[in-house]
Amino acid sequence: MNDRPAEIVKFDNVGLRYGTDPEVLSNLSFTLYPGSFYFLTGASGAGKTSLLKLLYLAQRPSRGAIRMFGQDLITMPRERLPDLRRRLGVVFQNFRLVPHLTAFDNVALPLRLAGADEKRVVKAVSDMLDWVGLSHRAHAIPAAMSGGEQQRVAIARAVIARPKMLIADEPTGNVDPDMALKLLRLFEALNHRVGTTVVVATHDVHLLKKVPDSLIMRLNKGQLSDPTGALRYPPRPAMTTGGGA
Amino acid sequence: MNTPPLMPEAGEEETFADSRGKAAARLLPPTRFAGPIPWVIAILIALVVIAAAGGLALRNLATSAQADLSSAVTVQVIEANPDLRAIRGEAAVRVLTAIDGVQAVRLVPEAELAALLEPWLGAGAANGDVPIPALIDVEFTRSAGPDEIARIEAALAQTVPGARVDAQSDWLRPVFGALAALQWLALGLITLVALATAAAVWLAARNAFAGARDTVEIIHLLGATDRQISAVFLRTVLREAAFGALVGTALGAAAVWLLGQQFAALDSGMVGGGGLRLIDWLVIAAVPLAGVLIALLTARITIALALKAML
Repeated sequence: MNDRPAEIVKFDNVGLRYGTDPEVLSNLSFTLYPGSFYFLTGASGAGKTSLLKLLYLAQRPSRGAIRMFGQDLITMPRERLPDLRRRLGVVFQNFRLVPHLTAFDNVALPLRLAGADEKRVVKAVSDMLDWVGLSHRAHAIPAAMSGGEQQRVAIARAVIARPKMLIADEPTGNVDPDMALKLLRLFEALNHRVGTTVVVATHDVHLLKKVPDSLIMRLNKGQLSDPTGALRYPPRPAMTTGGGA
Repeated sequence: MNTPPLMPEAGEEETFADSRGKAAARLLPPTRFAGPIPWVIAILIALVVIAAAGGLALRNLATSAQADLSSAVTVQVIEANPDLRAIRGEAAVRVLTAIDGVQAVRLVPEAELAALLEPWLGAGAANGDVPIPALIDVEFTRSAGPDEIARIEAALAQTVPGARVDAQSDWLRPVFGALAALQWLALGLITLVALATAAAVWLAARNAFAGARDTVEIIHLLGATDRQISAVFLRTVLREAAFGALVGTALGAAAVWLLGQQFAALDSGMVGGGGLRLIDWLVIAAVPLAGVLIALLTARITIALALKAML
């Protein structure tokens, strides 16, 4: 762990606007630390998805500075961004599964992009589909799957390459409460046992209470508040709170 | 819940980042150019093949004609009195034969001259009513330049007064100029068709990219490099451009062969010099390769620009 960065992500006075519209995110300054579990909350339109886009490198900020894995994103040439993206796992709000690929091939995508040996890919993807209960749907394309099944495929795709940081945008929005809890437990397992930093965006305040060690970032009209002190201090077991909202 | 069955962790600094991903071909849907594009490429390549073959044939024709004519001169003995004209013609042949570097001298028979002129002068060309100069074809062992012509004129001046010496290539100078213009026209046509090919591929690549944009964005965000994404598109471009190039080459070559047969049937000495040689066919064979290269280069630039618009 010695050569790991002290923080995974550091935002410094970041703002984001689309075109000439007013800023949707303003003056964001915070730090995400390795191995922590963060909830990002806020009403619809508060800017959660925009902040996540900055985190999963779909967008550059309009102003400010961002460091990720110890590297300056503002000055980084775009040719080096795939390297960083491969350290992230992303569950998109509407899953964004590749429509022409089967569940198996969708889950295999990150590994194949990384050039993993195909035998290892087959083994890992089979195990992962088994783990999310979709072995019997391995050859189904997204259009033939239910919303919950697509959700699980999206999550399996996000975690299979053992990301350093998992970013999930409303990951429980399309599943029943039991499945939502099961998915949260999956994120917790990744966080606790693998050390993955987890950022989950949700507007479901009840969900926050389900993960005891989580830290909460609240967005309101593009500005962050910090009810658990997550943005001010490195997380410590003694200070972490669950359901602090 | 148990720990998910993840891939074994890569080395701390490894994270698969440097791998190019051999399975990239499966990442994108089987993208296809808009339906007619391979056929458009085929037509354009066929036009280039025909234009290139035409240009090469014209070059060969001009080169062959110039080679044939550059060593030949024509001596006209202009004399109204037919007897005196015949005597002076014989004398001119003797003088010309003695000149160093002359390979062959031929006094064109009067009957042959009359036959040549008969379409224009009618029967009067043969009955002697119209005085026709005696013509002597002289062939040198080397190119007959102004020095040789001056030498012939000097040698004939005393023996055959009124003899006129012309380099045969001078007569065809306007024809050579026209042939050169046609060659430039062929080159211009080839350039325009190459640009049209690039434009067609550019449009097709843009459409193919737009059709797969959602998938490209997802894969891009999952860590695909520009190189991986481009490779998939370029594989499609290569396949379809190669198909179009092969069909176009076959069509063009067939047209060239048919035209060659038609011109060969003319049995004309000058046209006979306009055939295609092995080196010419090799140049024509390079046309589809160049077409595929242009298509690949254009598609590569188009896709690279489209990807650059994404972060």
